[in-house]
Amino acid sequence: MQFFVDNFDLLKDAFLQTLSLSLLAGLLALVLGTLLAAMRVSPIAPLRWLATFYVETFRNTPLTVVFFFMIFGLPQIDFVIDFFTGAVLSVGLYTAAFVCEALRSGINAVAAGQVEAARAVGLTFGQTLREIVLPQAFRTVVPPLGNVWIAMVKNTSIAAGFSVTELSAVLPRLVNADAGDLTLVLVGVVAGYLIITLPSAFAVHRLERRVAILR
Amino acid sequence: MTRPNGEPLVRLSGVNKWFGELHVLQDIELSIDRGEVVVVIGPSGSGKSTLCRTINRLEPIDSGDITIDGKRLPEEGKDLARLRSDVGMVFQSFNLFAHKTILENVTLGPIKVRGQSKADAEKRARELLERVGVSAQADKYPAQLSGGQQQRVAIARALAMDPKVMLFDEPTSALDPEMINEVLDVMTALARDGMTMVVVTHEMGFARRAANRVVFMDGGRIVETAEPENFFTNPQSERAQDFLSKILNH
Repeated sequence: MQFFVDNFDLLKDAFLQTLSLSLLAGLLALVLGTLLAAMRVSPIAPLRWLATFYVETFRNTPLTVVFFFMIFGLPQIDFVIDFFTGAVLSVGLYTAAFVCEALRSGINAVAAGQVEAARAVGLTFGQTLREIVLPQAFRTVVPPLGNVWIAMVKNTSIAAGFSVTELSAVLPRLVNADAGDLTLVLVGVVAGYLIITLPSAFAVHRLERRVAILR
Repeated sequence: MTRPNGEPLVRLSGVNKWFGELHVLQDIELSIDRGEVVVVIGPSGSGKSTLCRTINRLEPIDSGDITIDGKRLPEEGKDLARLRSDVGMVFQSFNLFAHKTILENVTLGPIKVRGQSKADAEKRARELLERVGVSAQADKYPAQLSGGQQQRVAIARALAMDPKVMLFDEPTSALDPEMINEVLDVMTALARDGMTMVVVTHEMGFARRAANRVVFMDGGRIVETAEPENFFTNPQSERAQDFLSKILNH
């Protein structure tokens, strides 16, 4: 117990770092992912190409490489960002590709008749997307989006390698300080992640049941 | 039946459409006057649903001209959306917006397309729901209603836009028999009120009761056009005679 008391501040700060990194990156991924999904189903071909290019680029690049680019690549073109911002951008931009694809599967699952009815009423493409397609798509993709979110929370651990003191970064630090407490260090760090991911899984489950639409 | 003078409300001329190799609409010529009720019948695969759906360009055509109120159907985009808002459409499978309440289904178009206030749109929507007999269901979701109720809501949704013409694409084909009449009654009342209607249907009773003209289609062509009584008692084309003998003698 003494171990946790001694290192509480460090663990707490690391936990908050992981939490804020997750929330900011998650928000970025959700907004950008939605925009990308809208572009991928747009009737305007260049928008589709652009979004497809984005998704395939980020989805097929290891996250560590994205971090490298943000933190060491961008300064090469005189664009310096701090480590935390770099981490938010890396995780957010990377995850947006997965959000887009999850949403797109939901969009494809919306019955064609819903779109026809919306067009027949006189809604424009944008209105049809906003009023009919996306609200229904979001409801069907709550479970896969939950997966994306949990994977993303864990992916923030890569920021440890880029000077962001989040949860995983305290692992080597504490182990080096006192190798005898290895198990306790692991328990502390894992508990930090679980505090974020377990309630998320529960919330996703609740949300799924609440927003389910009768068909 | 008297047919008013002047420019027809809907005119299709030289309309052709292919689905790949299949020539689904062949040299269609059809004019529909204001206040006229046209019933389109024919065997399945005759192109009657496709014809109906070309009028608001849910199906684009390959050649020919379609005009509504003297204006040519625009290409995909804002102009087409505006035109569609003047053309009500009722589908075989209802297609009510599944995540919106009945009231929201009816007010969505008036609010988003016509820019009406929520209060005005809801007042009018409740009147329309009353008129089609489902006002008690206003706060429910579509899946909680019977098929007949859903279809009447779909009619109210189309009417809320004050359309110039209403298209009905087999509106009773997905309904249980006991619900067909409740929908046909609403449609008959609409026809009596002078709505211009194009109705794809197999309901001969409705055609006799409410239609000014019956258009018989087969193999992508309009084979015969006649007043309902004449068509049913004395069809001119062999194809229509054959079709009617099959559906009337059972």
